[in-house]
Amino acid sequence: MIIRKIQLPLTQEQARTLRAGETVCLTGAIYTDRDAAHKRLIELLDQGKDLPIDIKDQVIYYVGPAPASPGHAVGSAGPTTSYRMDAYAPRLIELGLSGMIGKGKRDQSVIDAMKKYGAVYFGAVGGAAALISRSIIKSEVVCYEDLGSEAIHRFEIRDFPVVVLIDSEGNNLYETGPAACRALLQSEKGE
Amino acid sequence: MRQIHVSEIKEAIVDLILSASYDIPPEIEKAVVQGIDAEISDAGRSVLQQIAESYQIARAERIAICQDTGMAVFFIEIGQDVHITGGDFETAVNDAVRQAYREGYLRKSVVAEPMFHRVNTGDNTPAVIHLRIVPGEQIRILVTPKGFGSENMSRIKMFPPAAGVEGLKRFVVDTVREAGPNPCPPVIVGVGVGGTFEQAAEVAKRMTARPVGSHNADPRYAALEDELLFEINRTGIGPAGIGGAITALAVNVDFRPTHIAGMPVAVNMCCHCARHAETTI
Repeated sequence: MIIRKIQLPLTQEQARTLRAGETVCLTGAIYTDRDAAHKRLIELLDQGKDLPIDIKDQVIYYVGPAPASPGHAVGSAGPTTSYRMDAYAPRLIELGLSGMIGKGKRDQSVIDAMKKYGAVYFGAVGGAAALISRSIIKSEVVCYEDLGSEAIHRFEIRDFPVVVLIDSEGNNLYETGPAACRALLQSEKGE
Repeated sequence: MRQIHVSEIKEAIVDLILSASYDIPPEIEKAVVQGIDAEISDAGRSVLQQIAESYQIARAERIAICQDTGMAVFFIEIGQDVHITGGDFETAVNDAVRQAYREGYLRKSVVAEPMFHRVNTGDNTPAVIHLRIVPGEQIRILVTPKGFGSENMSRIKMFPPAAGVEGLKRFVVDTVREAGPNPCPPVIVGVGVGGTFEQAAEVAKRMTARPVGSHNADPRYAALEDELLFEINRTGIGPAGIGGAITALAVNVDFRPTHIAGMPVAVNMCCHCARHAETTI
């Protein structure tokens, strides 16, 4: 398997070169952001205010990490289900967000924004949270500390393994991967 | 009459929560490892390998298997000849949850009110407690910490009796298919049939903690479990939903007597991290 290594930040032009199904290792800095913090960011935009982070060329990881135990930079930190951020994601992509890491299906409105502006949706393996935490070498809270695990953190990651689930052309591994296997399974064990 | 002090109950529950959060049940780990060989897709195999490796790391380093350490759900059976001393029972359970989630570096994922003002309670309380009074002088405690990636993909439907086995099968398979990648496949599917609206859901939840590889004692339901597993694993969803043959590790079904006019069916989806631990005091 060919694994493409990417140094972050990721421009929207670079994001456009990634294709659904590719395995990628990310190194650099990413922000965590999930339900409650997304809501706050969008409320700021609605009020015409600046965001507390510059998200141009950034990658957001949908995660609420477990607390770090002694000797660990972060607790277990696998992806949360992304559709809950679908109402907010297009606004952030419009502002230059180039990548999202999560798991699960996305709304067409998100895919349309990804195609229009050039963004990519990466998948990390849900429930492989202990393993994933090893690729996170530093964690600090950037804002919304009152939200606890849901605060926006800045993670430094090294060789963080992800798969491109949906690319900026709208190719979707969640459609092509299962369809290919379904055809194989149903022909093998046909009724 | 046997006296049991709340401190003993609390201690036992703290240990149970930590064990459930760090140590994947061996039969699940075995099923995932066997799945690596059985999987037809390279991508699916890679996902299962990552999951198996993650289980080992969680166990060795005493860290959470999944960052979503869930709401603390309990099934507790109290022997009617037990007298609980030293405090009230529910407080003891919630004190144990508070202590385990704090000292065990587990995520606090509970908000006090669901809609208007979602503020985190900060200690993962309150627990969800299903209680039964049974004969004897023991207390049996099962904890099933439940994450919401899969909980959100669960469904319940009040079928008419005419829907029958085919109605149930279609509903269960459709629920898994429509959930796709969201509940972190390979999943464990808990199904409750019959009872009332809430009883079907409770049975389905209880079934997510029945060991992978076990079957319903009723051969009709055991056969149904196998048929459902076969159908689900033909959907092609696969590990992490990116394609493969291992979409579910188990389908566990149980039933309750129901009304002449109904056939409730509840499907409680659970990710592969179907954490549970139990003890008897």
